Amino acid sequence: MAEILNSLDTQNILMALLVVGLVGLIAGIVLALASRFFEVPMDETITKVRECLPGANCGACGYAGCDEYAKAVAEGAKTNLCIPGADSVAAQIAEIMGVSAEDVIEAEAVVKCNGNCNATCNQFIYDGINTCQASTTLYGGPSACKYGCIGCGDCAAACPSGAICIADGIAHINTKICTGCGICAKTCPKKVIEIVPQVARTIVLCNNKEKGAVARKNCQNACIGCKKCELNCPEKAITVVDNLARVDYAKCTGCGICVENCPTKCLKVVDFVAIENGK
Amino acid sequence: MDFFKGLVIIIMSQILVDNYVLRQFLGICPFLGVSKKLNQAVGMGFSVIFVMLMATAVTWPIQLYILDKNGLGYMQTIVFILVIAALVQFVEIVLKKFIPALHKSLGVYLPLITTNCAVLGVTINNMNDERVTCFAESMVSSLGVGLGFLLAMVIFAGVRSRIDESEIPERFKGLPATLIAASFVSLSFFGFDGLVENIFKL
Repeated sequence: MAEILNSLDTQNILMALLVVGLVGLIAGIVLALASRFFEVPMDETITKVRECLPGANCGACGYAGCDEYAKAVAEGAKTNLCIPGADSVAAQIAEIMGVSAEDVIEAEAVVKCNGNCNATCNQFIYDGINTCQASTTLYGGPSACKYGCIGCGDCAAACPSGAICIADGIAHINTKICTGCGICAKTCPKKVIEIVPQVARTIVLCNNKEKGAVARKNCQNACIGCKKCELNCPEKAITVVDNLARVDYAKCTGCGICVENCPTKCLKVVDFVAIENGK
Repeated sequence: MDFFKGLVIIIMSQILVDNYVLRQFLGICPFLGVSKKLNQAVGMGFSVIFVMLMATAVTWPIQLYILDKNGLGYMQTIVFILVIAALVQFVEIVLKKFIPALHKSLGVYLPLITTNCAVLGVTINNMNDERVTCFAESMVSSLGVGLGFLLAMVIFAGVRSRIDESEIPERFKGLPATLIAASFVSLSFFGFDGLVENIFKL
């Protein structure tokens, strides 16, 4: 045992231990002091609010992620902006901030297009990169209607909850899964997806702003701007602007008179609240 | 004049000829991990430049005045890892306190590169490289390596955005296609062989 110890260069080992130990010790002390003196006080309410949020970072509130929204709330932003979190999260945040709870205005994404394979056709065969973004740059896309859904599925790829599928050439949204975050609406190069409040009862399934004859020629299901819905609506909830019907969701009761009168059936009565509740 | 010529030679060869990512295969994990989007790749690149310069500024005197003086050159790797890790943590704390804007843009990447092999590699190689003889040269060398890293990241972010858009066979989607693309980018950098020698008539 003693021989082994003698054969080792004890002084060198001790020196190495000492130097490395000292470097480590100095680094540790400096870090400890730095974290003490350069401490940034974190607002406790921010942490608390952040814990309530779902953490999906979807951006539906209008801020860049849940952390940013938590900061904004602490500085006085509205407490009911988290759409995926719904009323329960809004109530928790309101309790932390000490304000009265407000209901979240739930929203749903709606594809304003019914130009399926039977209703419209392609002007040319597109054989390039298979995204809406890319095909739009080539003469506005292969579809005859330059306002409608292309059906390459950029929105389906962007949707964080997987609520969108492409069928029959257009995008379809599963209302039950959709949180209304609006990422699809931002992704769509044709701006054909609209975020509507969940209380909406009638939606327009067309985005075409061309004159009636042209729109009809390109797609059988297009809104031709005939104003029959505007004239027949008992609540005066529908107006035709730029050859396209628009619904005032606050006035609409979902009576369905407009749908009966619509020659191209581009209007649809919906009940998002009932679908969400599983009826 | 010769001194500045030496600096230019060092920076050119570190960026193009001896590119750390594409020629020496150091720092591959951020190269593959953070190159999906251009803005992230640029942020990572600048963070690496920043950390490399700081690390070199600290490790050069430590090697010269502490390790070599005591005959402890063989402890280089351990001590450098320790010092760089502590330094990056310290810089992060200071940035958070005094320059929150910079901390926000670099903050995500700083802990990621604490013990990145490219950062450790440049500090160790500076000690062994015969072209690098003084402190200024070692700093310029680190700057060159950092710029080379940034260049590789930016090029590869562009390549990856094209891969994402194109139709490739199902089996190659994701990592396989990325690795094949990385090998092509690396191959293309072999074209810079002998560039510095011929420009400066070495």
